[in-house]
Amino acid sequence: MKKGMTLRRRQALLGISFIFPWLCGFVLLFAVPLLQSIRYSFSKLNILPGGGYELESVGLSNFRYAILTDATYNRLLTEAVLDMVINVPLILFFSLFCATLLNQKFRGRSVARALFFLPVILASGAIAQAELAGLINMTGSAQAAEELAESSALFDTLPFTSLLLDLNVPMVVVDYLIGAVNRIYEIITSSGVQILIFLAALQSIPSSMYEVARLEGATSYEIFWKITFPMVSPLILTNVIYTIIDSFTNSPVTETIYNTAFQSLDFGLSASMAWIYTLTVGLLLIGIGYVVSRRVFYYH
Amino acid sequence: MQVGKLQRFRPDENLLYRWKTKSLGYLWSFGRFILIAGISFVIIQPIIMKISMAIKDKQDILNRMIFIIPENFTLDNIRHAMDILNYFPSLTNTVLYSAIIMFLQAASCALAGYGFARFDFKGKNVLFALVILTILVPPQTLMVPMYLYFRNFDLFGILKLLTGKESINLINTYWPSIVLSATANGLKSGLYIYIFRQFFRGTPKEIEEAALIDGAGGFQTFFRIMLPNAIPPLVTVMLFAFVWQYNDTYFASLFMSQTNLLSIQIASLPANANVYISLMYEQMPDAKADPNHVAMIVDTGILLAIIPLIIMYLFVQRYFVESIERTGVIG
Repeated sequence: MKKGMTLRRRQALLGISFIFPWLCGFVLLFAVPLLQSIRYSFSKLNILPGGGYELESVGLSNFRYAILTDATYNRLLTEAVLDMVINVPLILFFSLFCATLLNQKFRGRSVARALFFLPVILASGAIAQAELAGLINMTGSAQAAEELAESSALFDTLPFTSLLLDLNVPMVVVDYLIGAVNRIYEIITSSGVQILIFLAALQSIPSSMYEVARLEGATSYEIFWKITFPMVSPLILTNVIYTIIDSFTNSPVTETIYNTAFQSLDFGLSASMAWIYTLTVGLLLIGIGYVVSRRVFYYH
Repeated sequence: MQVGKLQRFRPDENLLYRWKTKSLGYLWSFGRFILIAGISFVIIQPIIMKISMAIKDKQDILNRMIFIIPENFTLDNIRHAMDILNYFPSLTNTVLYSAIIMFLQAASCALAGYGFARFDFKGKNVLFALVILTILVPPQTLMVPMYLYFRNFDLFGILKLLTGKESINLINTYWPSIVLSATANGLKSGLYIYIFRQFFRGTPKEIEEAALIDGAGGFQTFFRIMLPNAIPPLVTVMLFAFVWQYNDTYFASLFMSQTNLLSIQIASLPANANVYISLMYEQMPDAKADPNHVAMIVDTGILLAIIPLIIMYLFVQRYFVESIERTGVIG
């Protein structure tokens, strides 16, 4: 650092030198590949025998193929989006519920906390893959394995369903509830980080607020909706985004993208599939972020 | 007894009210206990089932009377699974690899997070928005260019100048992940940068000003004063980085599909177990492996893979939960 620079300028240089490793990595390993991937998605990529490759421009045909011709891509993408639409509210509700539970004082709280965060440690794509493969092997068919995995909750929902239908609860709601019960394992295991974030938010609420509310004679129910909920609401947005990204990083769609590239060796098609996917996720994030952020209460 | 005592001092309606709140309180703690126990059970049930599978003998497979505790115990499953997974070499490899990645990521992300939190320079907000972008873009979008980049690795043609070779192939080495995490662009690095930035923004500025006046330079202040105070985010990030790298299949299958990493071994375990068990019936070359037996071996293998993580978690979970609360992920 030379003398004669103003403090401000020196600080700026220092700041840039702190983020320099990241900046290098970002340019070389994120921005450039990102642009290249756009280019690939519009071209056909031929690997040359020497190890290099050449591009052959094909216009929009990769995108057209992915959306219109490919047998499964379309269906997988819509399924992934629908799955997310069902799962995100459930995960949010469940994790906020768990966080409020774990924030209370009771005996064995530290054990309960340790257990609730165990899924964060154990969530692994490899294990899920191996388990599914094991089931396929056992039943002899992918379809049967999938059904078996779904029903492995071993909870008979049929009487429950007919009870609800007899009560004239609309079919859509019943479907949703039954789905939620059947997904309970999936939901519990994928809400670890969300519980952590909510728990941290709950603990940052000043206790004086609760004291005042108690003195004014508010009930616990009122306190939850008038203090706790607004105070954690900014974190709802964070959690929604985290959940969406998380649910999309390990989905059948990404598997298809991977297989298209490295098994059928169609790199261009894979890149265009990835871009369709990215755009879908991006649009969803923007839409949901916009809706949620308008309802969020910011304390500061 | 308690009630009798109260009766002497308080009017009747007050007593009734107290009694009501008290019993409601008990009811709630009972309900809460049931809820927490239920959820905990859902979480640990698969682990218990896997342990039970691992110590179960072959002849108990079809025994319907068994619930969790088998009739005939054996260590055969564990032995076979270790054999198929090539367990101890893979485990050492994976732990070493994850540890290296963990330190690199923690270091590079802490630097970046501090830079974003404390210094003002032109375009800072734009750059930070780009960090958020790296969180949001699914890594699959970059998969193909990244693969080709590391397959024909050549930094600005420098290597060509030095060695004369066209380029080097880094696929199936540990280098791609190391390069990525050293430059804070690895698995979920954006999230770690975010965590560090939030934490450093929350620390008081006076500490650094004091250090500056005492004559410490920027990097000295960071390494000797800020970093020792940043234990909570360090613990969080290091644990996440280690665990997620340990479990990761994306980078592993993209860059290192031929290496001896545990996650790759686990992903191909069912197929390998099938072959292994078929080979065990030497007398009958056409015999197919019993799927139930394969499932048993697969379960045992999965258990073997997660046990190191669980043991590690037992030791660090106390710090982990505490530090998440203090990290200020919430900003």
